Amino acid sequence: MQLTALKGTVLACSLAFSGATLADSPSAEMLSNTCFGCHGPNGNSVGPAIPSIAGMAETYLVDVMNQYKEGARGSTIMTRIAKGYSAEEIESMSAWFASQKYAPATQMADAGKAKAGAKLHDKYCDKCHSEAGTLADDEAGFLAGQWTPYLKASLTDVMAGTRDVPKKMTKALDKAKKKGGDDAIDQLLHFYASYK
Amino acid sequence: MSNINRRKFMQLTGGAVAAAGAVGFSGFAIGGASKKVVIVGGGTAGATAAKYIRMADSSIDVTVIEPNQHYYTCYMSNEVIGGDRKLETIKFSYDGLKGHGVKVVHDMVTGIDANARTVSTKGGQKFSYDRCIVAPGIDFKYDTIEGYDETVAEKIPHAWKAGDQTKLLRSQLTAMKDGGTVIVAPPPNPFRCPPGPYERVCQIAHYLKHNKPKSKILVLDAKDAFSKQGLFTAGWKKHYGYGTDNSMIEWVNAAGGGRVSAVDAGSMSVTGEVEDFTGDVINVIPAQKAGKIAFTAGLTNDKGWCPIEGKTFESTIHKNIHVVGDAAVASPLPKSGYAANSEAKVCAAAVVAMLNGKPAPQPSYVNTCYSIITPNDGISVAMVYNYADGKINKVKGSGGLTPGYDKTTMEMRAREVGYAYSWYDNITRDIFS
Repeated sequence: MQLTALKGTVLACSLAFSGATLADSPSAEMLSNTCFGCHGPNGNSVGPAIPSIAGMAETYLVDVMNQYKEGARGSTIMTRIAKGYSAEEIESMSAWFASQKYAPATQMADAGKAKAGAKLHDKYCDKCHSEAGTLADDEAGFLAGQWTPYLKASLTDVMAGTRDVPKKMTKALDKAKKKGGDDAIDQLLHFYASYK
Repeated sequence: MSNINRRKFMQLTGGAVAAAGAVGFSGFAIGGASKKVVIVGGGTAGATAAKYIRMADSSIDVTVIEPNQHYYTCYMSNEVIGGDRKLETIKFSYDGLKGHGVKVVHDMVTGIDANARTVSTKGGQKFSYDRCIVAPGIDFKYDTIEGYDETVAEKIPHAWKAGDQTKLLRSQLTAMKDGGTVIVAPPPNPFRCPPGPYERVCQIAHYLKHNKPKSKILVLDAKDAFSKQGLFTAGWKKHYGYGTDNSMIEWVNAAGGGRVSAVDAGSMSVTGEVEDFTGDVINVIPAQKAGKIAFTAGLTNDKGWCPIEGKTFESTIHKNIHVVGDAAVASPLPKSGYAANSEAKVCAAAVVAMLNGKPAPQPSYVNTCYSIITPNDGISVAMVYNYADGKINKVKGSGGLTPGYDKTTMEMRAREVGYAYSWYDNITRDIFS
């Protein structure tokens, strides 16, 4: 209420020119709610191929959008979308989604595979994606509670080299595959689907 | 006081209230203690607007008036026609809106009095509003095709409003013999869902290829070009032999005599400009215009659509009435589900601001539109839009189409189908939950 009152005062003082100052930049919420059609209300996706983007670090979201914009991150549609926004607009939207609460997806998982995946995660992934990849402070993509089909496609891209990721990530994935064999990726996915 | 003056007066007094520090006096509005919005039509645009107004300001009284108990989305209904999806999966109730405190009245609006600011219904009810949002979707120009009307549509479906019509076309396809001919007649521009008729051709071809492979699809088009044409025709070539002697699909454009001027339900034939054609199943999608109430309320231009101001979606004909979705002239935004949802959010934000005596905020809009060629081959078009120089504009450098087969992989094409399904899950959640 205090905030509203403050806004009211500001409005009264600046009524004459507030329209002009705001004219060219839509609010963070206005920009962000256009994303809900694909990424779900407030950025929590209920569609398994599309990631949730709520609650991730602002810097991470800015980086990803810039990678799309520059074509450094393989995509079908996001490159086309990202090119529609200025640097300021990307920052504004990223901050908005970062401020939203992440709602992890509930998915089925095989307990045995998840157990093996947990071990692989701790050894090869946890350093950058701590707490199963749910901590915004890591400034890395969320893993646990993210949709399996989306994560699977993402890992495919990383391994195919069509996604610009730190070298240590490709190395870690290679090591995980050497350790866990052909099932390693599947086990990791079951772990992220099972993690509460 | 003229309408424009009343608006200015509202803005000024809104400011005065804020200046006095009486922010708690949020019920302020001309003509009463409450702020009332009446929304005519509970489709994609109307339902989205209702929810977003309530989420932004729960002191606003929002009533949606919609004749149907449930809404069937037109998007994804082509998959029902092709058989890959059940009709129940595109059916939505209004319980979600009610959860946001939206009043949902099942009745048909028969009149809007722009001066008295009232909406009246077939059931004899009357609702007053401070702002009205009209989202009636489309209606058909039946008179452009001789012999076609609502009754004939029970035998020759348009299936361009989802529900019973979708079910009817599906049942006709399943009843058709192998070796039959399906006629699909897309409408002239502008119309709801520009890629829709061509996605439908893909979906029907997909069904026939796997179930009735000797059958043919004859596309009799009122146009010489269509949305995503290069991608669709490449898809028809890849999957359905288009361009060969054995093509399942034949497309006759307007220049080639494709425009259908008459239908005869008795002989199951249609009249083209050069010759007549007979079909075992005929799907005629007539030319379109804004939904009926837009005409009754005097909101339409000479082309039969509703001109609006792109920042607020307020009608340029009647003040205090906004028009969103397919009925509005929101070009360069297309008449699509995604655009309707995006427009409705902009309109909702404007209505909330205006009812609170503030200027409408700066908009941002997006359109994304998926088409499914086969269950493993999807394409899309997307665009970001802004508001500048008093109109809606495409943001330069943004948007565009899925690349052709030579510039992408089938893995990416399959992903686009996944994205289409997930988009559907998310947008319908955004609208109805």
